[in-house]
Amino acid sequence: VSPFAHGLGAADLVTLFANFLVLSMLSIGGAITTAPEMHRYLVVDHHWISDAQFSASIAIAQAAPGPNVLFVAVLGWNVAGPLGAFAAMSGIMIPSTALSLWATRWGHARRETRGVRAFTSGMAPLTIGLLLATGWILAGPAAGHVGPMLLVLGTAAVMLATRLSPMWVVAAGAAAGALGMA
Amino acid sequence: VPLVIVLALTALYAQFASHPMVSGALRGMGAVAAGLVLSTALKLASTLRRSSTGALWSTLLAGLTFVAIGVMRWPLAWVLLALGPLAVAVAWRKLTP
Repeated sequence: VSPFAHGLGAADLVTLFANFLVLSMLSIGGAITTAPEMHRYLVVDHHWISDAQFSASIAIAQAAPGPNVLFVAVLGWNVAGPLGAFAAMSGIMIPSTALSLWATRWGHARRETRGVRAFTSGMAPLTIGLLLATGWILAGPAAGHVGPMLLVLGTAAVMLATRLSPMWVVAAGAAAGALGMA
Repeated sequence: VPLVIVLALTALYAQFASHPMVSGALRGMGAVAAGLVLSTALKLASTLRRSSTGALWSTLLAGLTFVAIGVMRWPLAWVLLALGPLAVAVAWRKLTP
């Protein structure tokens, strides 16, 4: 029996889709910057998945090859199986793909203008704040446990100091966890 | 194709989630994922010093965003509506026309 077997109805799937549709348009620095909002929606408000399942979903997508936005599909899958994955993924992809194609073209043609430069350089700090918040929330399940907290800090230190591929660090984390160190 | 791999992994995990080694491995990977995102944020943060918005304002805006979203857990839309125009206005003033 799947631990994620929730009795989500069609109405829930539509709200999931609509919610991610809106989030897509708020993803100024990539889909990962909306992860705190997804966490609030899926874990805090609806209790569709647990805190640990949320972090694990993002970890699975990070470990596998392919673009990071796939974590959205994993979240959707864990909420409501294949239909959930489809609802979440199409919600996040449709508007942002259309919008970014258009915005990139528009912005590129005017990249020297003061307005576009002000927008890109003004939004950069917000993106960094959002990434910090994402890391903070993902570290939530680790809080208060020595092993996982060392993994969080160790990973950050290794990634800042070396050019090691993230895949190896994820594998090491999985091994440490399997041996009961997390 | 990557989507299929990721979803296959997810389905596989769901099948064995009750196994202590699997759930342990996932906890380890979750902690690593947190570290990866934090390291990306810190790498980008080091570029704020050279930002045309100015180091002080950039740090302040990044800090405010972090607290509002990560600690206060306020809705993203409101935070972006409040801090976005402020950030762009600051950058606009600093940029030479």
